[in-house]
Amino acid sequence: MTEKKIRVLVAKPGLDGHDRGAKVVARALRDAGMEVIYTGLRQTPEMIAEAALQEDVDVVGLSILSGAHMALTPRVMELLKSNGQGHVKVFLGGIIPDEDMESLKAMGVAGVFGPGASTEDIIRDVETAVKA
Amino acid sequence: MSHYKINTMTYSQAVLNGDRLALTRLLTQVENDSPEGRAALTELFQHTGKAHIIGVTGSPGTGKSSLVNQLALHYRKSQNKRVAVIAVDPSSPFTGGAVLGDRVRMRDLSGDSGVFIRSMATRGSLGGLAQSTANMTQVFDAAGFEVIIIETVGAGQSEVDVAKLAHTTLVVEAPGLGDDIQAIKAGILEIADILVINKADRAGVENTERALKSMLDLAHPTEHVFQHHGQSMRTVAPVQGSSSAPMWIPPIQKTVATEGRGISELGESIARHVAHLTHSGDWSLREKNRLEVELDALIRETLVNQFMEDVSQQQYDDAVQRIIQREISPYEAMKSLMKGMLK
Repeated sequence: MTEKKIRVLVAKPGLDGHDRGAKVVARALRDAGMEVIYTGLRQTPEMIAEAALQEDVDVVGLSILSGAHMALTPRVMELLKSNGQGHVKVFLGGIIPDEDMESLKAMGVAGVFGPGASTEDIIRDVETAVKA
Repeated sequence: MSHYKINTMTYSQAVLNGDRLALTRLLTQVENDSPEGRAALTELFQHTGKAHIIGVTGSPGTGKSSLVNQLALHYRKSQNKRVAVIAVDPSSPFTGGAVLGDRVRMRDLSGDSGVFIRSMATRGSLGGLAQSTANMTQVFDAAGFEVIIIETVGAGQSEVDVAKLAHTTLVVEAPGLGDDIQAIKAGILEIADILVINKADRAGVENTERALKSMLDLAHPTEHVFQHHGQSMRTVAPVQGSSSAPMWIPPIQKTVATEGRGISELGESIARHVAHLTHSGDWSLREKNRLEVELDALIRETLVNQFMEDVSQQQYDDAVQRIIQREISPYEAMKSLMKGMLK
């Protein structure tokens, strides 16, 4: 049997067009031995959940710099759950204000990576979350 | 990982009933060659053999993913056929990871339950890639997807083997990627059933077409002039791409995938190829070859695994040492290591 790879969906929901961060993270996760499916820009929560299902991912990373995270995140998590993918770990990256952290954790978000996060932290947290 | 285990009977039944969660889970099991995967493949095998498998292969930058996007749309809209796409991209040989970005070009297919796109990494396999891809194709086939498009970069032997899985192989080129035809360098031109020049609105398309035509002429000359009893005789080969001809000569199709141009003509070309395969008996011959290759690979793998179980690493290393010391020949070493297995 071949070794299991961690499969991660890196998604850009909403209308935010800044994808440099998402691509940096995608490459870092690749360099840590993971298989990263990148969705491209302007994804709806429905498109993200559909991709997560078809690719049978372990993790979904949402890159949001537009401030729309409080609207987009619950919608994505709801869809994942209704598709039978409630076990998938959801991480957020981008511009997320501190005051929203509590609510996001309460929603079940596994981690939030702001602009200062290192790729080492991201890799370690993703690996830990998947093994849990 | 907190996956709940579904027993294999339920997996296969669920897949046959159209359960997408079971389908995606089974694809993962099969890709990882797990015992559950193998068991399910055994149950599903009798339901395979219906799908038309189309390979789309070519160097990066030729627009394969955009082409696959349009081709899938074509089959959905004009024939209401269910389409599965397996998009294969290379894994890093150093880290074992991969960035799989082919879905980016396929956003037109989202929200359609008659489409299923799955990205696969090559995983640095030594010939295992073709088997994994074949297995995943079987799952999609059993699940009722009538068209299965396998997209690969087509570089290297294992990817050429993947291209050979298909009934119809499209090799995609684009103008202006360099003076040479990339497909020739990759050695995949000879497996092409249809040659596609994508990005055909770019400068240099005539050169690309001319170069492809001369490669085809070398492989399939349209005219033969030869001496027969002192007289010059001339024969002309059948028309390119004709479905009734005994021999199939790959036609050249021009497309601009991002604009959807040339796609229905490409669809017609593919249909002609299918008709040719059926009339000429080639379809069954290819099926037979493919299944033989699969059986041989499984037998080989099992024999090697048996060997590795019967013979310890120590015994093996000792044999190698004796060869290095010139005490025994490799042939004698083999006979000694395998005396338990050979009659």
